[in-house]
Amino acid sequence: MAVDVRRGAPAPATTPAAAPAGAPAGPRRRRATWVYLVLAVGLVVMLAPFLWMVLGSFKPEAELQRVPPTWWPETPSLGNYRQLFDRLDFPRFFANSVLVAVAVTAGNLVFCSMVGYALAKLDFAGKRLLFGLVLAMLMVPGVVTFVPLFVLVSNLGLVNTYPGLILPFLVTPLGVFLMRQFISGLPDELIEAARIDGAGEWRIFSRVIVPLCGPALATLSILTFLSSWNNFLWPLVVAQSEDKYTLPVALALYSIGQNATRYGLLLAGSVVVILPVIALFVALQRYFVQGIATTGIK
Amino acid sequence: MAAVPAPAREGGGTRSGSAAVRRRHTLAAWMFALPFMVLFLVFMAGPVLASLTMSFTDLTSRDLRDPLAVNLVGLENYTKLLSDERFLRSAFNTAYFVVVGIPLTMGLALAVAVALNSGIDRFRTFFRVGFYTPVVTSIVAVAVVWRFLLQPDSGLLNTVLGWVGIDGPNWLQSTTWAMPSLIAMAAWRNLGTLMVIFLAGLQTIPRDLHEQAMVDGAGAWRRFRSITLPLLRPTLLFGAVLTGVGYLQFFEEPFVMTKGGPLDHTLSTAFFTYNQFGFGNYSYAAAASYLLFLAIVVLTLVQFRLLRSRT
Repeated sequence: MAVDVRRGAPAPATTPAAAPAGAPAGPRRRRATWVYLVLAVGLVVMLAPFLWMVLGSFKPEAELQRVPPTWWPETPSLGNYRQLFDRLDFPRFFANSVLVAVAVTAGNLVFCSMVGYALAKLDFAGKRLLFGLVLAMLMVPGVVTFVPLFVLVSNLGLVNTYPGLILPFLVTPLGVFLMRQFISGLPDELIEAARIDGAGEWRIFSRVIVPLCGPALATLSILTFLSSWNNFLWPLVVAQSEDKYTLPVALALYSIGQNATRYGLLLAGSVVVILPVIALFVALQRYFVQGIATTGIK
Repeated sequence: MAAVPAPAREGGGTRSGSAAVRRRHTLAAWMFALPFMVLFLVFMAGPVLASLTMSFTDLTSRDLRDPLAVNLVGLENYTKLLSDERFLRSAFNTAYFVVVGIPLTMGLALAVAVALNSGIDRFRTFFRVGFYTPVVTSIVAVAVVWRFLLQPDSGLLNTVLGWVGIDGPNWLQSTTWAMPSLIAMAAWRNLGTLMVIFLAGLQTIPRDLHEQAMVDGAGAWRRFRSITLPLLRPTLLFGAVLTGVGYLQFFEEPFVMTKGGPLDHTLSTAFFTYNQFGFGNYSYAAAASYLLFLAIVVLTLVQFRLLRSRT
């Protein structure tokens, strides 16, 4: 019977912070301490590689090979970075990565929101076919398409060009899916009102829908920019001369080529690839988490 | 004239009106979809079919300029693959990576998510951001850093292991340890995605359920087994499929860290495909990639059955 009485006391029991009836505060606090301890150890393991990377990038080559390793750089220097930017063409690779990512993001924002609107708010012949196609392609991995894609791109004469790097990623099924889900949630009354005022579909899309899509567009741009920035297989296949390399391609090829053991250089290169993205992530983490929760992609 | 019943006329009017609206919408919708459709058909759907077709031919890089010289060879590429020892090795490696990697990543992610959801109120965002950070980083860059961490003598891992008296192996050069090293790195990099998904799932579980069970005397482990896990099943399924699809395609890790070695012990099927492409064996590469695709579809279906049927 006591059980029933306690079940009947909803207000304090449902507030997350309140200790549940019957649980003494002592063990609860002790448990919280354990949870914090485990999480803190986990966090150290998660972030140690990044710390080790940044510290290592300021160490000269000789110091990096020392056994046991030094923790703090004994003679911190920018030598690795200087070499990366002066002797190797990292400014170029960086610019290529930015150019490709910006173009891919812009394309996705425009084209995916257009299809997203049609799929969410217009009733038309072929709608289910189109949406089915989009869903089916969500599953297809890049490794399945890259061979024929290369044959196609090489027949179009686009191997080792920027369009060759950009065009295959200008739209993504995922972007369409995300925009459709978001626009479906917008109220139909807005669109009806605009139609009564005599607005055409394009005008409704550009003046009514797009201004309301801020959060979805923010999530989409971050996710697209990120996947383009980190994309590897396709740029590795298509960029054949150094002047078209993106950052991951350059870093990977240096790391298995003649610079394979020059860790100072490679770590500095990794910093250049990773740090801008981490900065972006920490600044905009709200949108990342939203995107993951709604679409489940990374 | 007035004999026509009003409702019928009204109904007819709306019908032809809605048909006109639908026609107008159809035109507008396809105009909206046009740029997407063109790019989508040319660069995505087209290549998926072309890849399948290609796998039944003997296309190589030499045929690029003259596609008409290509012959149909039926299932020859597939039968050749199934007796190609390197391909079979790569299939085994990929299966190893997936079978060990999925439960490991899911287990770790679930532990972190449950810890974050256990009623602690401070630093939650801080922890969440920290555990998620590796997900946003480039696998190539991360693989370079891990190669450095795993160096036999001057590496961070073996130094730390040395403190507790363990003489760590040369991780990436060992046929035993190379694959576990890649799996550990993949788990480290990907657990953040699953953590966020699991956290969202955990937050849909009503707190009252736990409290009632507590009152009935159920311990933390019992409540986890009997309440959390069953209610989280759809979320776990989603996470398993997502991770599985990604892990089956692993490529950057061996490319940067081991070049597929030692002795092909980390050669993945995606890496095998890339190598065959590099040798110019396009149709052979396409066939290998289709088998990988098939594996992805099968794994997804199996996971659906496993996690669905036990509800």
